[in-house]
Amino acid sequence: MAQAKVKDVLMDPVFNNNPIALQVLGICSALAVTTKLETSIIMAIAVIAVTACSNAAVSAIRTFIPSSIRIIVQMTIIASLVIVVDQVLQAVAYEASKTMSVFVGLIVTNCIVMGRAEAFAMKNPVGLSFWDGVGNALGYGLVLVVVGFFRELFGSGKLMGYDIMTTTSNGGWYEPNGLMLLPPSAFFIIGAFIWILREFKTDQIEHDG
Amino acid sequence: MPPRDSWQGTFVVALVLCLACSALVSAAAVLLGPAQKANAALDKKKNVLLAAGLATPDSTGDEINTIFSEKIVRKIIDLETGEPLSESALSEAGIDPETYDSMAAANDPEMQVAVEPSGALYGSNHREPYAEVYEIVNGDATEGYILPIYGMGLWGKLFGFIAVDADASSVKGITYYKHKETPGLGGEVDNANWKSSWEGKRIYGEDGDVALSVTKTPAAEAYSIDALSGATITSNGVDNMVKYWLGPQAFGKYLASK
Repeated sequence: MAQAKVKDVLMDPVFNNNPIALQVLGICSALAVTTKLETSIIMAIAVIAVTACSNAAVSAIRTFIPSSIRIIVQMTIIASLVIVVDQVLQAVAYEASKTMSVFVGLIVTNCIVMGRAEAFAMKNPVGLSFWDGVGNALGYGLVLVVVGFFRELFGSGKLMGYDIMTTTSNGGWYEPNGLMLLPPSAFFIIGAFIWILREFKTDQIEHDG
Repeated sequence: MPPRDSWQGTFVVALVLCLACSALVSAAAVLLGPAQKANAALDKKKNVLLAAGLATPDSTGDEINTIFSEKIVRKIIDLETGEPLSESALSEAGIDPETYDSMAAANDPEMQVAVEPSGALYGSNHREPYAEVYEIVNGDATEGYILPIYGMGLWGKLFGFIAVDADASSVKGITYYKHKETPGLGGEVDNANWKSSWEGKRIYGEDGDVALSVTKTPAAEAYSIDALSGATITSNGVDNMVKYWLGPQAFGKYLASK
């Protein structure tokens, strides 16, 4: 890869090369944590922190990493960072961490984090790798927030815990869409997201054969 | 330094990396530990107060600590007899009342007690021998009791508190602080409207059994709480745990003396 610019590595993964919409990576966590907008945002921030720091760390020691154990080295760095992020969440956002703790731990298995460490950070300088991590996690976070927005709005009539459409169980008019609260609904929303994205970015359409 | 792809180089990199990462993780755990413990303790106090309606979800940490120290007395009781454990009984059982963890006791083969009759409490074969109770005091008068409850729902155990009034005849409130139920369906155990439907419901029937129930077909208005729609298994779990914990095998004896 030719020397890329910070702006490119930061913004490219958000729309042009979105890890979820184009590469279809990291889908499972996008289903699990998006029933509420708040957890989606916290998850997005956690993934940004982990991907950016792990990319920077892997890049910083890339000339020392023996190729025979490089995957394990990356994994160790990522796992350590995920534990740190989980600890920080428990200390500063206790309420949210209670519902998310399991999924924060599962950032370790998020293919985006490891994919960027292996594909980008092993070959590029620290600064650029850091921004590449931020950019890719932003692309992931964007989809998470969009999915979380629609699922919370139509599933519980709320946004960030505030009533937008009062549900019938609270004496209002809105009959919540229970499907939105179940994981499969995220597939529909991600599908719609990809569809709309490709209407504008026609080069992303995959042609048969 | 040996070349990086030699076995010596590999070994050195692996060793240094492990040390650096473990230092990072340990430092985070040690530095953030006090804040996490304080959060967990505050969260528990908050939920005790929420069950009795003494705090709101928006209450700040200071408010919660103030109300808790003014109005709540924590006791460890023996579920077998319903009596609070005396100082001597506590030291005999090797329990520090400040740090006693009933969930740890329920899982400890040395301490746990079988749930009788078998299957009476969904999801648990054993329970703790001694339980924490929180008495609500106002000057010399006791205004109620807050009891910890737990039991199986659909996806996992629900943990919460139920508050009863001074003569232990009716419910003051209920709250769950930890559960894994489906948001919007079983997760509606957190719904403020549903929780408020518990207030003032009678607990014990004419014959002294727990008549309080969560049901789709309310028989007696004074004893019945509407089940959550779309969450039959969660509702059954709540019904089961309330009957068990308020019944004679658990807090029944303690409450009967009130």
